[in-house]
Amino acid sequence: MSVLAQTHAAEPAGQHRDYGGAKLGMWIFVFTELILFGGLFVAYGIYRSMHAHDFHKASGELNVTLGVINTLILLTSSLTMVLSIVAIRLQRKLHSMLFLACTMLLGAAFLVNKVFEWKAKIHHGIYPGSEHLMARPPGERLFFGLYFGMTGLHGLHVTIGVVVMSVMLVLLARDRIRHNDFIKLENTGLYWHLVDVIWIFLLPLFYLAA
Amino acid sequence: MHTQAEPPHIVGYATFVKVWIALVVLTGLLVGLSLTHRPILALLGLLVITPSKASLVFFYFMHLKYESAALKYMAAVAIAVLIIFIGLTFSDYLFR
Repeated sequence: MSVLAQTHAAEPAGQHRDYGGAKLGMWIFVFTELILFGGLFVAYGIYRSMHAHDFHKASGELNVTLGVINTLILLTSSLTMVLSIVAIRLQRKLHSMLFLACTMLLGAAFLVNKVFEWKAKIHHGIYPGSEHLMARPPGERLFFGLYFGMTGLHGLHVTIGVVVMSVMLVLLARDRIRHNDFIKLENTGLYWHLVDVIWIFLLPLFYLAA
Repeated sequence: MHTQAEPPHIVGYATFVKVWIALVVLTGLLVGLSLTHRPILALLGLLVITPSKASLVFFYFMHLKYESAALKYMAAVAIAVLIIFIGLTFSDYLFR
């Protein structure tokens, strides 16, 4: 039996599947996300050009080690995500589930680090609108406002990603994602890699700007 | 427009592990440049290394390298729009 015939045999009657269309839709969503974060990067760039010294000084207060560790965590999670897709295409369901579970754990580890980082900042009285922060120069207020806003929006994306992956794990377990029908997992991967790309830009702009 | 009915060929584990190693090395380089405390090197990191890392993720992890020409053009247009937005806004602020 040809590959095409096998695919059709696996498709339930009356259910239409469009692999190319499903992926195209996800890519269009990815582009809108790029524009969303792009706007925030423009805001960062302009305020930094207006308050270069304040941004430089405020950036020095961020924990570079934690920022780099979180970068390595996200890069590795992107690898395990893509390996999960390769595994299911090679019909290695258990490997695929293990790789996906690793991705979820790494995503959760990223969030735990983020919570500790934010808690330390809040403990030092640095949070949007705090008395301590409002007494500081406008550029530093803007830097921390952008820091909380952009890493917060990114953190929300990571959280959504982990939730979506948990659904994919169930779908994998129930054979609803198979070697010949894996677009849901692939689109989850596209989303997760986008989250990784955004962090790739956040690292030098916030943590390494000093 | 051409859309694929079937997924493209499978890329093996090894390719992605190599890309991951490249990403980790580039991150190390980026951090190393920032530790030199020379603004010009830090700028080089931001404008060269960071986009290179993003490209590796786009082309390999997000599979763009193996996609149809139509999808590649769409990605190029999206990135171009973003660069135009950034360029126009900055030129407005720099020359007012």
